[in-house]
Amino acid sequence: MPRSPKIIAGGVILVFFILLALVGPVLVDGDPTKTTDVGLAGPSAAHWLGTTQSGQDVLAQVVYGARVSLGVGLLSALIATVLSIVVGLIGGYAGGVVDEVLSLLTNIFLVLPALPLVIVLAGYLPSRGVTSVAAVIAVTGWAWGARVLRAQTLTLRGRDYVQAAKASGERAWRIIFAEILPVEFPVIATSFLATVLAAILAEAGLSFLGLANLSTVSWGTMLYFAQNNQALLVGAWWWFIPPGLCIALIGAGLGLLNFGIDEIANPRLRTVLPKRRKRFGAGR
Amino acid sequence: MRYLLRRLGFYLITAWAAITINFLIPRLMPGDPVDLMVARMNGQIDPDAIAAMKRAFGLTGGSLWSQYWTYLGNLAHGELGRSITMYPTEVSSVIGGALPWTLGLVGIATIISYVIGTGLGVVAAWRRGTWLDSILPATTFLQAVPYFWVALALVMVFGVTLSWLPVSGAYSLDVEPGFTGDFLGSMAYHAILPAITIVVASIADRVMGMRNVMVTTLGEDYVTMAEAKGLTSRRVMWAYAARNAILPNITSFTLSLGFVVGGSVLTEIVFSYPGIGSVLLKAVENEDFPLMQGIFLIISLAVLAANFLADLCYVALDPRTRQEA
Repeated sequence: MPRSPKIIAGGVILVFFILLALVGPVLVDGDPTKTTDVGLAGPSAAHWLGTTQSGQDVLAQVVYGARVSLGVGLLSALIATVLSIVVGLIGGYAGGVVDEVLSLLTNIFLVLPALPLVIVLAGYLPSRGVTSVAAVIAVTGWAWGARVLRAQTLTLRGRDYVQAAKASGERAWRIIFAEILPVEFPVIATSFLATVLAAILAEAGLSFLGLANLSTVSWGTMLYFAQNNQALLVGAWWWFIPPGLCIALIGAGLGLLNFGIDEIANPRLRTVLPKRRKRFGAGR
Repeated sequence: MRYLLRRLGFYLITAWAAITINFLIPRLMPGDPVDLMVARMNGQIDPDAIAAMKRAFGLTGGSLWSQYWTYLGNLAHGELGRSITMYPTEVSSVIGGALPWTLGLVGIATIISYVIGTGLGVVAAWRRGTWLDSILPATTFLQAVPYFWVALALVMVFGVTLSWLPVSGAYSLDVEPGFTGDFLGSMAYHAILPAITIVVASIADRVMGMRNVMVTTLGEDYVTMAEAKGLTSRRVMWAYAARNAILPNITSFTLSLGFVVGGSVLTEIVFSYPGIGSVLLKAVENEDFPLMQGIFLIISLAVLAANFLADLCYVALDPRTRQEA
């Protein structure tokens, strides 16, 4: 497997944040919700990233927040990916009316704006725990994966090995999940990574609106409290810059990883210059 | 024509789906929305208001089927129920007051972002292998940055620290609303930061989308042929490669519209811009379900309409879609 710098850079970023979420709370001592009387203090030796208005340590919040934000992202992407596999593979393999109906459903969810739908759904949730928020986000996040997987399944359906499996009398569900599914693993992986990012962003958006459980610390709720306590007007940049930066960095990591995978699949996208174009570029 | 009719049919079905989802959500989610609200208000609500809320939700008894028809009938008359926060104002008039601001801001910002982003994508693909490739890691970062976070950072830098630009509202309070130069100027002045936010947060998708399609197009034989004929670089780049690469780019643009609108709605909140986003925040804060659902419906329909507009552009650009079968 070719090792591109993009895959390495993306992997390093992701591993860093996963480690941050797993072992960070052990290394950073302090309770993220503990209030002290040093409110809105800038970064210092005692508080590396400063404190919030009620004197909570921003670094501790970022570290604990990683657990919730990544947790919601991963859980939600997991649910969405299972949904997209079921819809995409069954539709693509079955063809006919089943495919028409499932494709229509996929396209509808692809076009409908996700965030307003998530907001309405979350508004009706009786309790807004991590699991229910993840499930609501997953409802709107499966369509892209399903569409890509359906297209992939359509091309695989006619392959000899699938035809052979069919001829030897294998059941349809076995062909779909044991013959076709493993081959589509790289496609599933890229769509999973993209869904994780979408879910992290959706969770941040929901929390920013105050539609998540505000007693748990996540990057989204940090931004919510920063906005609602006028962090901007007092110039407390250390309060709202880190959580957003973490989201964007994770996004960059996932994006780079996906880029790397894409470039393996489609060599033309590689940034290494082919000889012909170099000569052409120089002569311009 | 057939292509357009097929797309139109799809949008009609999708609009129906959005309307039906909107009808089903309060009925399928666990718990009765009215009970939920009464519980959250600690029972401090008079029975008349409860009855009014039940009416607003269409929870008037009768079978689900007859409720559905009543709901569709109301919708056909443009009735979205009444807002609970601003009772007894109609949801439709609350949204009607906010929608023009959002349409103007998001519409203009999206067009700016599309034009600049696509142009940058063309150039980035043409000069791939040069220093321009170093923008790639930056675009993955920008693709993931939350809109409202960009908004917060811009407010901090340009609004608070430098005090160059206004950070809230859509026009300053000392000008009289109307079609006067003063008012329009103030409007444009207040729209600068929100518009920059939307452009910055959405442009990376356009750059990357166009670059990737364009790189593939540049490998086509007709591009090599055009180069071999000795056409100028500019001509090959724009009239041969970009002209063909723009088609898949329009498709990916329409699919990302929902995302852009979602982000813009959150951007408005940071700037207290009097559009749909600010109304949505008010609805969320006050558990105003009829208003929330009305907003979902209107945003969905607006996105569908924008999709159809993009399809019209597609038809104008691609002769194959105009062929009669």
